Amino acid sequence: MAYEMNFAPVFARTPELVSGTIDTITLSAQSIAVGLVIGLAVALLRVDGPKWSAVFGAAYVEAFRNTPLLVQLFLLFFGLPYIGFRLSADHAAILAISLNLGAYSAEIFRAGLLAIPKTQIEAGLALGLSRLQVMRYVVIIPALRIIYPALTGQLTLTLLGTSIASAISATELTLAGAKIESQTFRSLETFLVLAAIYIGITFAFRLLYWLVGLWLFRRRTPPAGSATATLTLPREVES
Amino acid sequence: MIQSFGWSSVGFLWNGLIWTVGLSLCTFVCGGIFGLIFAVGRALGPRWLQVIIAGYIQLIQATPLLILVFLAFYGLSFAGFYFPPLAAAAISLTIYSTAFLADIWRGCIEAIPATQWEAADALALSRTQRLRYVILPQAFRIALGPTVGFMVQIVKNTSVTALIGFVELTRAGQLLNNMTFQPFHVFLTVAAMYFLVCFPLSWWSERLKERKHAGAAH
Repeated sequence: MAYEMNFAPVFARTPELVSGTIDTITLSAQSIAVGLVIGLAVALLRVDGPKWSAVFGAAYVEAFRNTPLLVQLFLLFFGLPYIGFRLSADHAAILAISLNLGAYSAEIFRAGLLAIPKTQIEAGLALGLSRLQVMRYVVIIPALRIIYPALTGQLTLTLLGTSIASAISATELTLAGAKIESQTFRSLETFLVLAAIYIGITFAFRLLYWLVGLWLFRRRTPPAGSATATLTLPREVES
Repeated sequence: MIQSFGWSSVGFLWNGLIWTVGLSLCTFVCGGIFGLIFAVGRALGPRWLQVIIAGYIQLIQATPLLILVFLAFYGLSFAGFYFPPLAAAAISLTIYSTAFLADIWRGCIEAIPATQWEAADALALSRTQRLRYVILPQAFRIALGPTVGFMVQIVKNTSVTALIGFVELTRAGQLLNNMTFQPFHVFLTVAAMYFLVCFPLSWWSERLKERKHAGAAH
């Protein structure tokens, strides 16, 4: 018996799919915002902080990078109430996903910070730039430019990882889809539509990262660590 | 029946861990075979093949693994192909890993400078010989670190198959939690077991990457 595709029952639930899409985007955006702050803080502590904080940061990074997100979700959602700390499914999802992203982005930020040689900073100061200018033009923007592909790649994985939060029934797209699937019995169609929506969201986010990159790196500064920077001497010195 | 978390529970989880490792190995072998074919096709194949493989990689990398697992398990069974959870898990994980491994290895093949191809050509090696004796061995050295790093991702990704009822470590943890009502103990132990498998791999991967950098400096 040949299988006949029938998308009509799935498209009849468009409002649920739309609100699921919005929930997934919200969950991703919140987790990304919190996760990047955690990641940056941990990276700074590991590079510049006292010894104990560096050890603590390394333990956090390794613990979260070497266990699955699903288990982290279960531990926070089912495990925390057991020791007297109850979270709603949505909050547990944000917490778990942002802690997970925090561990990954901490490593990426750390690589960026370590990629800026100390001499570069000294050179910036010697050229009469203020501390803030050095921070902005010599450290942050060049470091961000080096790590930008790795960072946006990680953000895409985080976005797709939010689908796992459906396992603790956090409101997002996969949960909405699973509900539609169980009520219409159109499994193949439902999950194909979900895949298409996720692909759409991912490409929209990638477009956004690309535009942000264009704006962030609009000044044509050479990548840090390269010896391509040319120094134009003042005329008096040349003559 | 409510039982309490004890050594027998750890034994139960241990059985789940064995299935996790087994599924990971199966995924790595199958994904590795297809990944290598796709990587070579993407880097060196004819134009149309490159476009098809690049499209495959782009689409799979933009789809959540969970949706692929659901598609293989619920979707295909409704369309008349029934796969037991183990087969659905292995198929979807292979499809997923193939896309990532092909992308990693393509980068490694393309990282070999064109002069190596020219030198091999000048030595009168055939196209397959050039690939077999000159390009792939060098690409293999670069690829080792990232590949081991991706093995960690595979082990962690197998946890998603718990959601279609394949009893690996995470699913065993869920079942045990339903029996003992001690989620904190259960999932902490589950996490520790994943850590036990993944951390040595992560450490090894970092070592391999460092060695590559040290070699490149010479």
